[in-house]
Amino acid sequence: MTKRRRVAPYLLLFPSAAFLIFFFAIPMLQSFALGFQDRDGNWSLDTFSRMLSDPNFLSALQTTLILLILVIPIQFVLAMAMALIINKRLKGTSLWLYVFALPLAISELAAGLVWLSIFTQRGWLNSVLQSLGIIDVPITWLSAENQWLLIGTILVAEAWRATSIIMIILVAGLQSIPDEYLEAAEVYGASLWQRVRRVILPMLRPSLQVALILRVILAIQVFATVVTLAGTALTTMANEAFTWATEILDDNMAAAYASVILLLSIVSTIAVLWLLPVKDEQQA
Amino acid sequence: MTSPSVAVDPSAKVDPGPPPRKSRPAQRLLHNIGWYGSALLLFLFIAVPIYLIFVSAVSTREAFFAYPKALIPTPDTISLANIELLFTTPGVIDAFWRSVIVGVITVVLALGVGAPAGYAIARFAFRGRDGYRLVVLATRAFPIVILSIPLAVTFRNFGIDDSVIGVAIVHTALTLPFVILITSSVFVSIPRELEEAAQTLGCSPWRAFLKISLPLALPGLVAAAIFTWVLSWNDVFAASILTVINQTLPAKILVGLSAAPPALRFAAGFILLVPSLIVIFIIRRYLLGLWGRVVK
Repeated sequence: MTKRRRVAPYLLLFPSAAFLIFFFAIPMLQSFALGFQDRDGNWSLDTFSRMLSDPNFLSALQTTLILLILVIPIQFVLAMAMALIINKRLKGTSLWLYVFALPLAISELAAGLVWLSIFTQRGWLNSVLQSLGIIDVPITWLSAENQWLLIGTILVAEAWRATSIIMIILVAGLQSIPDEYLEAAEVYGASLWQRVRRVILPMLRPSLQVALILRVILAIQVFATVVTLAGTALTTMANEAFTWATEILDDNMAAAYASVILLLSIVSTIAVLWLLPVKDEQQA
Repeated sequence: MTSPSVAVDPSAKVDPGPPPRKSRPAQRLLHNIGWYGSALLLFLFIAVPIYLIFVSAVSTREAFFAYPKALIPTPDTISLANIELLFTTPGVIDAFWRSVIVGVITVVLALGVGAPAGYAIARFAFRGRDGYRLVVLATRAFPIVILSIPLAVTFRNFGIDDSVIGVAIVHTALTLPFVILITSSVFVSIPRELEEAAQTLGCSPWRAFLKISLPLALPGLVAAAIFTWVLSWNDVFAASILTVINQTLPAKILVGLSAAPPALRFAAGFILLVPSLIVIFIIRRYLLGLWGRVVK
């Protein structure tokens, strides 16, 4: 009986461990290996040097990082607002939560198409602006000529699509803050801003850390919203990996790009852990 | 250091005590307007775009190309023509069913492999438990980009490239960490004492699990399964890399995107979106309890 209890957990873990080794660990190593081989399968730095001298590399890296740096603060402010609203338990909380959580299950591609219908030349945004008499001729929101405007539209689409995951994490975190803390702060006349800054944010640190790591890693892989809204006018790291894998059929280059994505993910995770450390007693 | 003998000056601001709560009706109203107003703005930010793609998808040709467009459709501007056109486009209906099937296989594989691990993490104290949990957490946000490319090469060698099972395997890898974490939080929420009581009364551990824990865990497991299915349904990157002819719906749409007329694109966007609306509705009760806890 006790022996069984000792062996049982390992038996239960075995299938998932095997799966993770075969379909996670090995492909990851293979991906690095592909990146460090030339097209004939010989070990070399040829692929990486080709990638670095590829004119698209720098612009892909630049766009990816710009999107990352701009979208994260927007998403955290929106998510915090949503989370505070849910935590406030207004009337109809379950409806607010349902709608705020909806994008959790919406794909990047669907989100891109939704916002394409809004930003396209004869789309909803221009329709509304023109009906209201604000503009006389449709504005071209999506054009290769104005890359910052394009980035703006992608930011809106990404903020719309990927804020819910942060919101859910923050609401769960807020619920673990004892009500007395917030009530005490309120009784002593702390404004909402003071409560957020002095009580909520410090106590939410573990949740913020997890949400930040998750969101940053996902933002580094941004792909389908960019393809749908910007077409070929902008490119990202995932976009380049995709193009090399499916159009140019060069697995080595695709793997080299994928390796850089992984490297960026690891570096940013370490950066978050370092910039936003969580004390042991705060760990959930 | 204050000495207790110091006389207290009644006018000094020593301890004002809890001030009375602001409860004047006017202030209260303003306060509520602030909260409900912000809630409404965020609500509209999420909901209006969904409404707009719906209107785009069900517009007649004339309404679709009208400019400026009417925000509120009338009976004679509504038509299913765009959606019909989408599904009669060669290959789309096959891609649709392929997506459904890939999702179902993914759910079966991911729960079959992941739920036992989730149960082990929830129920047993064993060496390496925290380590394994950490590994799973780390793989949760793992870039799918880096998995798809080498696996496409491997699948070619095994002759399962461009196949439903190949995509399902990658989707299982993608969703497995999530499934392990969520099933473990489902089992944690079921008191272990119930199972132990059944065992004291003579049930085998397996029977105790089957008769006690499983029925109680079922709603949570179903929620996890439904969400796993939608994760598979949503993936476009891996599916597009792994398939050429046997595409899933998102892959088919992505590849055809630049060539498709706008009406078709928005109908496709709407069709891709519909399952997400239903899925979040079904699992709404589990969102905070399970999803919130999983990440911590």
